[in-house]
Amino acid sequence: MAVYESILDLIGNTPIVEVSSLSPNPRVRILAKLEGQNPGGSVKDRAAKYMVEEAEKDGRLGPGVTVLESSSGNTGIALAMICKMRGYPFKVVLPENVSIERRQLLEIWGAEIIPSPGSEGSNGAMRRAHEIAADHPDWFFPYQYGNPANPRAHYEGTGPEIWRDVPEITHFIAGLGTAGTLMGVGRYLKERNPGIQVWAVEPPAGEMVDGLKNLDEGFVPPVFVDNNGFELLDSKMIVRPRESIEWTRRLTEVGIFAGISSGAIMAAAVKCAERIEEGVIVTIVCDGGWKYLSTGVWTGDIDEVTERARHIIYF
Amino acid sequence: MPVSVRLPTIMRTHAGGNSEVTAEGSTVGEVVEDLIRQFPGIAANLRSPEGGIHKFVNLYVNDEDIRYLDKLDTKVGAGDQIAILPAVAGGAA
Repeated sequence: MAVYESILDLIGNTPIVEVSSLSPNPRVRILAKLEGQNPGGSVKDRAAKYMVEEAEKDGRLGPGVTVLESSSGNTGIALAMICKMRGYPFKVVLPENVSIERRQLLEIWGAEIIPSPGSEGSNGAMRRAHEIAADHPDWFFPYQYGNPANPRAHYEGTGPEIWRDVPEITHFIAGLGTAGTLMGVGRYLKERNPGIQVWAVEPPAGEMVDGLKNLDEGFVPPVFVDNNGFELLDSKMIVRPRESIEWTRRLTEVGIFAGISSGAIMAAAVKCAERIEEGVIVTIVCDGGWKYLSTGVWTGDIDEVTERARHIIYF
Repeated sequence: MPVSVRLPTIMRTHAGGNSEVTAEGSTVGEVVEDLIRQFPGIAANLRSPEGGIHKFVNLYVNDEDIRYLDKLDTKVGAGDQIAILPAVAGGAA
């Protein structure tokens, strides 16, 4: 084993593990890439590191500069960890309805939390971050939904890792949030083999976000639009909280303790496996289960847990 | 054939406050037309000024985005559920 100079050198190069015992089709393999193995605990370490390092290179970020981002958790946690190591003050606009563990982790890394209304979801947090950033032009606002360094982290990292480890891949399935993972990995894989299908999984966020007063407040991430997301994807589906929780539980049968969004992605992988004749599906396990223990996902009554999940942002 | 349609909060006021309504049609496009006939108020939320579906509206049949099925020509039948949802920032981040 090598000795690493910095914990940040451990970001990426995550392992892929066979979870085909959960596949409903014996001719379809399912493989899971464990992004929870990143030092900050999620796939978001990759984008956070790329966004910070690019800003350092082009001079937008340097000693004493404050970093501001909106996040429902994982990007905030990743940025907070990196900022603490690099000595940048970090502020995060965070919807009030995220799990307590996300808040605790942000505090561990010294982030200043600026709360935004839960009813406005991630949209509201992002709007607030834009307003604050406009008032503080000297701060660095990575803006993960529109920062090309976000998909690039996956185009140069996650994508090539998957291609190296699983060249026989036929389907790639991941969650759709900022679209960074899907656009970066999807574009890389399709350049190598245009036959590879890219499937997106969405949470039913639109139903939770009652604060949306008119459609002009709707939002499609620039990362998605700039990468021709509508053309790049081959399928996009919603996975409901109950099914997400069921598959988060099923993942423990293969020893994977994962967050709820990974359960949603696994549910979609199983649907995909039912539909195709044969193939090799690679899915993303976005983070570990640690940050969701307070929600009772694994052991609570499924109806109660599902009801609770409707009111928190877990994706 | 009557198909069930789930409406987002912002469209419910134009549909008597209902979160779920039924409309007739054998394709998503026909169901949308019938929906607008029944509840003209939702047209402004559903259609773009150019006549297509508003860019911030996602239509799903049984939770799958119709852009990757047959778009407005996607066939629907008894038991299928159409959901209309506004595009919002995913919580992923």
